Amino acid sequence: MPEVKVRKTLVQVETIFHEGGPAPEAPQKRAAAIAVIENPYAGGYVEDIQPFMKDLEPLGAEMAEMCIDALGGDASAVEGYGKGAIVGVNGEIEHGALWHVPGGYAMRDAIAESMAIVPSTKKVGAAGTRLDVPVTHTNASYVRTHYDAVEVGVPDAPRPNEIALVLVMTTAGRIHARIGGLTKDQVKGEDGLR
Amino acid sequence: MKLRKIITLVEETRSEMGHAVTPPARRALAAAVIENPFAGTYAKDLSELIETGAELGTRLGNEALAAHGCAPDDIEGYGKAALVGELGELEHAAALLHPKLGAPLRAVIGGGKALVPSSKAIGRAGEILDVPLGHKDAAYVRSHFDAMRLRLPDAPRPREIVVAVVLQQTGRPLPRVGGLRQDEIEGADGLR
Repeated sequence: MPEVKVRKTLVQVETIFHEGGPAPEAPQKRAAAIAVIENPYAGGYVEDIQPFMKDLEPLGAEMAEMCIDALGGDASAVEGYGKGAIVGVNGEIEHGALWHVPGGYAMRDAIAESMAIVPSTKKVGAAGTRLDVPVTHTNASYVRTHYDAVEVGVPDAPRPNEIALVLVMTTAGRIHARIGGLTKDQVKGEDGLR
Repeated sequence: MKLRKIITLVEETRSEMGHAVTPPARRALAAAVIENPFAGTYAKDLSELIETGAELGTRLGNEALAAHGCAPDDIEGYGKAALVGELGELEHAAALLHPKLGAPLRAVIGGGKALVPSSKAIGRAGEILDVPLGHKDAAYVRSHFDAMRLRLPDAPRPREIVVAVVLQQTGRPLPRVGGLRQDEIEGADGLR
């Protein structure tokens, strides 16, 4: 069972007051937690990589808490989420895919209203590679105000044998959302979609 | 001051090259994206930005300290920088950073004898800003020479300025290039 070796963590918080339009009463907050870990499969093809998903569960829980803490400590304030991974160049995209289950369920375990799938993205890249992590509403994927994305990156990671794992949480939709569609107060909360 | 957004970054390095960093190296950056009141025009009197600098010294100092979640006494070093959008001039960054930002920043952490290292640039949205760092009481402490990088995809817009402050709880992750050590500080002149 490979050990999860964390080299560093980075927590990023944006507090957005306005974007040229009328400032809403509360700003939108967007938090990202990034953990840079050693890629136990870097450098060669390994057929059975699935056990590592289980190994990543505690780190996922820790990162979900980091996001919630960065947003003020109240999980019920979280309205949007997303996840991603940047795999160093000695690894493969499939190693990033290992994050889908532990990353997603870590957030859904921490957030009560989380019927919706956690949107995600991943890529292979060098240190400093930026990743646009997609964000949608935690309880209903079709909530149009909450379609968002947060750019993250770590200047010195991932090194070739590392993976940067990312979780993102937001407290509101886009700051001047005004293109219609399903709103959060219309969510039925039955299927994770509407 | 017209503030569009605040960004904080907290970085914790737990190991390097498989070697544990104990305690972990920690630093936090707080940045504000503000409107540049002088974008596109020459203004002789930059006092509005000078006053904004004072306000940001307090605001960003407190944001960075809160992001650390530590006591003011735990802060060992600092740095500051500004990135001016394309319709501004370098002097706008100077007005924000140099006359009045330092004193309120030092007040947040209970003092600091050394110059606050700084950098400035003009650039587009998405430009990289490296914030230089140094020990707060003695500029020559070699373990604390460092820099923290910021990149905001959507800022500065042409009429904006990004102002950043960094507070360090430690020096570099595994310092070992000699020089003045933190425990050797005399603390008389801000240098040694």
